[in-house]
Amino acid sequence: MNLTLKIWRQKSAKDKGKIIDYAIGDVSPDMSFLEMLDVLNQDLIEKGEEPVAFDHDCREGICGSCSMFVNGQAHGPDSMVTVCQLHMRSFNDGDTIYIEPWRATAFPVIKDLIVDRSAFDRIQQAGGFISVNTSGNTQDANSIPIEKENADNAFDAATCIGCGACVASCKNSSAMLFVSAKVSQFALLPQGQVEATDRVMNMVKQMDDEGFGNCTNTGACEVECPKGISLENIARMNREYLSASFKG
Amino acid sequence: MSGILNSSIGRKFAMALSALFLMVFLLQHFAINILSVFSPDTFNDASHFMGTFWAVQYLLQPVLIFGVIFHFLMGFVLELKNNKARRVSYAKSNGGANSSWMSRNMLLTGLVVLAFMVLHFIDFWIPEINIKYIQGDMSGLMDPNVAESGFRYYEELVHKFQNPLRVGAYVLSFVLLSLHLLHGFNSAFQSVGANNKYTKGLKGFSKVYAIGIPLGFVFIALFHHFNH
Ligand code: HEM
Ligand code: SF4
Ligand code: FES
Repeated sequence: MNLTLKIWRQKSAKDKGKIIDYAIGDVSPDMSFLEMLDVLNQDLIEKGEEPVAFDHDCREGICGSCSMFVNGQAHGPDSMVTVCQLHMRSFNDGDTIYIEPWRATAFPVIKDLIVDRSAFDRIQQAGGFISVNTSGNTQDANSIPIEKENADNAFDAATCIGCGACVASCKNSSAMLFVSAKVSQFALLPQGQVEATDRVMNMVKQMDDEGFGNCTNTGACEVECPKGISLENIARMNREYLSASFKG
Repeated sequence: MSGILNSSIGRKFAMALSALFLMVFLLQHFAINILSVFSPDTFNDASHFMGTFWAVQYLLQPVLIFGVIFHFLMGFVLELKNNKARRVSYAKSNGGANSSWMSRNMLLTGLVVLAFMVLHFIDFWIPEINIKYIQGDMSGLMDPNVAESGFRYYEELVHKFQNPLRVGAYVLSFVLLSLHLLHGFNSAFQSVGANNKYTKGLKGFSKVYAIGIPLGFVFIALFHHFNH
């Protein structure tokens, strides 16, 4: 396959940045999207040019670091995949492909396609945990009975990999899908109850302070989320938050 | 509880409450207006009751005015904040792949509804307030000195809908209101945290409401335009 790539290039956080066109030939449909970029980068290095910087680690859809907005969609056109699991067979010979970094004020660009997602870490630190004493006498988790449906829903919420595709897809750069997954994961389990009120208040406050937008319920996040995190989590977070604020 | 409007979820909650109130009001407004098609006398009686009953005039009307103003001001606030959350936009964005046009254009459809409301206030509300509270005529009669002249409400409605431009503006606005509600109805429930086993059924009902009610208003306008 022969492709035209339109890639966002930006030297540093301060640089203005712009889209640059690259022609690439001999792309196999079996390559993953990142392998295709590896080939491009090899070319660039051989020509003495600066390779395209992008985040990646596991390349199997679990670390959530490969943040790329491909042809107007987070992680490209396929559903339920991260960009490392996207294959070139999803494109046609002669296609033009736009590759851009996540766009959100709370996710500033560091270089080319790499953005700073530490805002998510700070939201997690604000309450995405439970406090337990692990000094040797931890009881077996299975000794606390949990309703099957709650256990399943908590597990589903816990599959969020913190990739940020929800923020990138949302027209408001809202982080509600991510935060609601992290809130739900604990709100549904008995171990999460003790700190439930503070957790939701603190995490939402941190989310707002980071400068993420408000939810308009467009549902774009749910469609683009590689892990299929459901909007029901946002409704749950809204309930948790509202009842926590009325409690005072 | 303090400062709930300072949080993203609190703002959305307040937005949804004002919207839910507006949707109940719209239903009630429709129920009265549709009477004008079937029975001008009943329409007149209902209008007179609404226009003079103290609880409607001094309790519900102020709440409604507050609700409308709050709703569109908060709409602007949210839009402003959301724009700030993404200062650099994408060179290529394919919103249609993951969300409906209605959900992405609530401000646009809302602004057309706002423009309509200005026209609507000039047409009906301001003249009524003028007659009732400035001229002090609470009789509701066409000629306050002649009891037999009958109520004025139906005549005024018919008269206003003679102008094809006004009817055109009404039709257009209600189409946009329908688009606003096609997203907004369900959105409001999600905002207050209601997403459960009833949500699917509610989605069906929301289509009936969001298309049916605006269409009903369009029907009333066209009916009076072509029948008099
Ligand atoms: C006066 C002009 C209006 C403007 C400028 C306006 C604007 C908006 C905006 C911008 C939103 C989206 C807020 C967000 O980002 O989530 C919205 C939501 C909504 N609007 Fe309006 N609107 C208007 C009138 C109305 C009317 C008359 C109704 C109902 C009869 C209505 C019903 C709704 C509903 C149900 C929602 C969804 C609330 C939610 O998502 O929680 N709006 N409006
Ligand atoms: S909710 Fe989905 S899209 Fe958002 S960070 Fe988690 S896995 Fe990524
Ligand atoms: S590189 Fe780990 S999810 Fe894509």
